[in-house]
Amino acid sequence: MNMENYRPATATSAPTGMTIDTVLTGEKTIKMESAEETTVKMSTRNLDVFYGDKQALFGIDLDVPERAVTALIGPSGCGKSTFLRCLNRMNDTIDGCRVDGDIRIDQSDIYDRALDVVELRARIGMVFQKPNPFPKSIYDNVAYGPRIHGLAEDKDALDEIVHNALEKAGLLKEVADRLDSPGTGLSGGQQQRLCIARAIAVSPEVILMDEPCSALDPIATAHIEELIDELRENFTIVIVTHNMQQAARVSQQTAFFHLGILVECNSTSEIFTSPSDERTQGYITGRYG
Amino acid sequence: MTTGHHIVKSYDDELKALNNTIIEMANLTETQFESAIQALANQDTALAYKIIEDDDRIDDLDHAVDEMTMGLLALRQPMAMDLRNVVAAIKISSDLERIADYATNMARRTVPLVEEATVVRPIHAIPRMGQAVIEMLRNVVDAYIEGDADKAVAVWRADKEVDEMYVSLFRELLTYMMEDARRITPCTHVLFIAKNIERMGDHVTNVCETVYYLVTGEPLREDRPRKTRTDRLLTNDLETED
Repeated sequence: MNMENYRPATATSAPTGMTIDTVLTGEKTIKMESAEETTVKMSTRNLDVFYGDKQALFGIDLDVPERAVTALIGPSGCGKSTFLRCLNRMNDTIDGCRVDGDIRIDQSDIYDRALDVVELRARIGMVFQKPNPFPKSIYDNVAYGPRIHGLAEDKDALDEIVHNALEKAGLLKEVADRLDSPGTGLSGGQQQRLCIARAIAVSPEVILMDEPCSALDPIATAHIEELIDELRENFTIVIVTHNMQQAARVSQQTAFFHLGILVECNSTSEIFTSPSDERTQGYITGRYG
Repeated sequence: MTTGHHIVKSYDDELKALNNTIIEMANLTETQFESAIQALANQDTALAYKIIEDDDRIDDLDHAVDEMTMGLLALRQPMAMDLRNVVAAIKISSDLERIADYATNMARRTVPLVEEATVVRPIHAIPRMGQAVIEMLRNVVDAYIEGDADKAVAVWRADKEVDEMYVSLFRELLTYMMEDARRITPCTHVLFIAKNIERMGDHVTNVCETVYYLVTGEPLREDRPRKTRTDRLLTNDLETED
């Protein structure tokens, strides 16, 4: 794998693609499925976050590779959700929260004066733990973002955006005949896919997911995980999960946080088969509490 | 091999890749074995050398299976039939790798046998014994691909005949060696080759047991009667009483 253009802040990352060819080429880590080099979509350097006097994150250096899934794992209170919210400046909305350090998307500083934060949050979408559809119809839920960003010239164009988003989110078939019915009338798994469709509708580059399956049953979770597998062909995904088995199933790169520190970041298969740090091993084997 | 699809398609793909690797390994092993018998029967040392060289390919596949199964266990948390599938692959690849090693050992012994130009009469029994085990291997691989537990049991029982052939060949070689001391060296080579084939048959029965467990979720256990005490000693069956 050619890593010349990619300067890793942490260990190398590689998406998993376990075919016989990739393993037999003699490479120790599993080779990338695509022939392209790994590009870094977002990066942080020396990132510190404070809630008032309390420091929540300490000097985080992390690279998020493009069109891959990066999972953030760690015990409660370790700072993974705080880190996630840094990426689309959601922490700006929290009183007393101070963010120091360098955060970039495509090499551009997200705190640059010239950058519009509303537009940033369209480029970097977010899906939350508890599905939160608007109290509107399914159609209007998905159309809301494109409307306010002026992404469609006419009704037909808007229809197309809504249909595409619902289809990409794997929901269109189930709701095609009732787009006018309320979004809140759907099941938990469907609501979450509606929220994903809503995020996709504004053509983001990055999708942030904060424990998106915690409120869902195992089958609904499996459907979302399959959806994530499909989405990563076109989007960069960062997912926070307290379920490390989910991180193992769904991601190509995993970052382990503990007490506000990034302990280890590596390809998911390395982290879960032979982690470098004792603390990582302790956490994933359930040895410390 | 698996029935029905996982919701997450990439999981299906990974399991399929694993199964296909096992099948590829089995095919290569069968080819090595057939070639080894051919090399011996036709006194073909060039073929023997090729077999020795090609053993690396099977070792590579064995390592590939190791990596794939580690990845599947760590990253997919397989359950029930998927877990049995992964564990079966680990065990079967190990047995196949040993069978292939025995085929290579046969090829190694063929070289001195041919070069010293000593053909001993009992050697004619080897191809027949070898064919019997090749048939067993083919059938157990079919059982694996088709998920057929009955086929696996049938192959498991067929090993009895191989054990009998080995015991009979053992006696014949002893007699032959006693008649003329100059025959001792070549007969010893033939004896080791016969022993190798007998062990290959045992490894195939291991694969049968693994396939049976994979398909049914139950271990395969049944007593196979053996004859004399010597027979039992020769075929590692030390528990059955006379």
